[in-house]
Amino acid sequence: MLVSAPGVPAIELRAVSKRFGAVEAVRDLSFTIAAGEIVGFLGPNGAGKTTTLRMLAGVFPPTTGTVRIAGHDPVHEARRCRRAIGYFPEHAPSYPELTVLEYLHFVARAKQLPRSERPHAVDAVLGACGLGDMARRRVGTLSKGYRQRLGLAQALCGDPPILVLDEPTIGLDPSQVVEIRELVRTLRGNRTVLFSSHILSEVEALCERVVVIAGGRLVGEGTAAELGRRLGARRRVIVRLDASPGELASALAQVDGVLGITSRDDAVCIDAALDVDLARLVGETALARGWRLRELREEPLALEEIFLQLVSGRERPLP
Amino acid sequence: MTAVLRKELLLYFTSPIFYALAAIFLVLSGYFFYTNLHFFVLYGAMDLVKGFWLFHFLDTRRLLIVLVPMLTMRLVAEERKLGTLELLWTYPIGDAGVIAGKFLACVLVLALTLGLTAIHPLMLARIYPLDWGPVVAGYLGLLLLAAACVSCGLLVSALTDSQLVAAAATYGVLLLFWVLTWNEAAVSEGWLGWLAPLSLFDRTAVFAEGGIDTRDIVYFVLFSATGLGCTLLAFESRRWRGVR
Repeated sequence: MLVSAPGVPAIELRAVSKRFGAVEAVRDLSFTIAAGEIVGFLGPNGAGKTTTLRMLAGVFPPTTGTVRIAGHDPVHEARRCRRAIGYFPEHAPSYPELTVLEYLHFVARAKQLPRSERPHAVDAVLGACGLGDMARRRVGTLSKGYRQRLGLAQALCGDPPILVLDEPTIGLDPSQVVEIRELVRTLRGNRTVLFSSHILSEVEALCERVVVIAGGRLVGEGTAAELGRRLGARRRVIVRLDASPGELASALAQVDGVLGITSRDDAVCIDAALDVDLARLVGETALARGWRLRELREEPLALEEIFLQLVSGRERPLP
Repeated sequence: MTAVLRKELLLYFTSPIFYALAAIFLVLSGYFFYTNLHFFVLYGAMDLVKGFWLFHFLDTRRLLIVLVPMLTMRLVAEERKLGTLELLWTYPIGDAGVIAGKFLACVLVLALTLGLTAIHPLMLARIYPLDWGPVVAGYLGLLLLAAACVSCGLLVSALTDSQLVAAAATYGVLLLFWVLTWNEAAVSEGWLGWLAPLSLFDRTAVFAEGGIDTRDIVYFVLFSATGLGCTLLAFESRRWRGVR
């Protein structure tokens, strides 16, 4: 098993481009993912996410630039890299005629696990993905949710240190999305996970860091808060108290960083720069003036908005 | 490679198409066996090899052309359609392992089907003393021909994602290799003359007569190896271009 040496990133892309004929699907893309990180890979449909993930999984090499998996080249050291990566392709393809058990045994053999480890490896992923009851069912008769689980089981088989998951929740109903999300959450630990999606709430719930691409280029990278700061995202507090918005506005007018006060139904919505401790400020103001506070809450930083700003602001159409 | 080999065998034996094809093959080969034997007895011929086995093996050979494309069409085209081909490319087995596994699985399935027809000579042997040499040679010829046809079908299947297109094109290519020598007069002059020795089906003639010619064996092995080599190239080229 390939384990990256200390300090060597699990995944590294340097100036990677991939061209299909006249179309450049990925352009000059660089990012690194440290061992043990859970990273969300975001972008609108057609942004080049799947192309990038396929290069990582060794489906095809980049046209220019270098890809490194734990410091190794997926083209020239293919076998080593392929053993280190569990890949979940979009739509979780599998063979409908085989049973779950037959399929996973095939995967264990194809991943060249030693004969003695195979039964244990298959049992482990059946358990981890909640497929125990489905072991004797034909893949073709499984529901979409179970088929996605089988795709994850396939990627997890052999316990690779790096997981590359391409849209594992696409096409599922909301309860199945939650199930798969919980499953991915349990995959944390010492694994490195790169998880692509075009749905932000998902990535926000699962990942410590996000990489955003659009039009084949990197448009943003960092934690949700870092991205927000860079884009001038606002902190927002919703407050309900027995003072009019006007009174509140005049009380907060002198404070630096408060950007706007609007009323929303019977509540007041206050926006401020990210470095203002807004909730505390509003609370203290209310106390000082003797206003009765009925509700005070901070809205979570919406990645959705950051994402839309990133994507719409920088995306260029393909030539 | 054994992973792909076992998976392909499982898929063959869980799908109804193999059983349907094997049944058709067995019925037709039984028909050929019966009618050829009937003819042989009716005309009171003396030489079992030239009067019976030759005809029987040449007839059975035609059945292979019906059987093989239906068995090879799904080999790669189906995986491409399902999207599992992409997944195979991310496992450590490698392209050569995938191709070898698929080729061997299909050849084994054909060997089994051919093996089942051995019931006919076995039944004959109970009532008439048989010299088994020509029978073994005949079957060897059929198996080598089958392997060559499989390599051809595998290559065609690797070039498309439609099983129907794969089957149709394989029929076309195999028929072409069959009929190369039919119009000998048109063929004997110019560049077409070079094609005649490539005729796939004429190569089984010596085997059917109970002989084994190493040139024929070399030809079949080279033909199969070329087909497999081209399949490997097709895999690599399509991958690098991202066509899948």
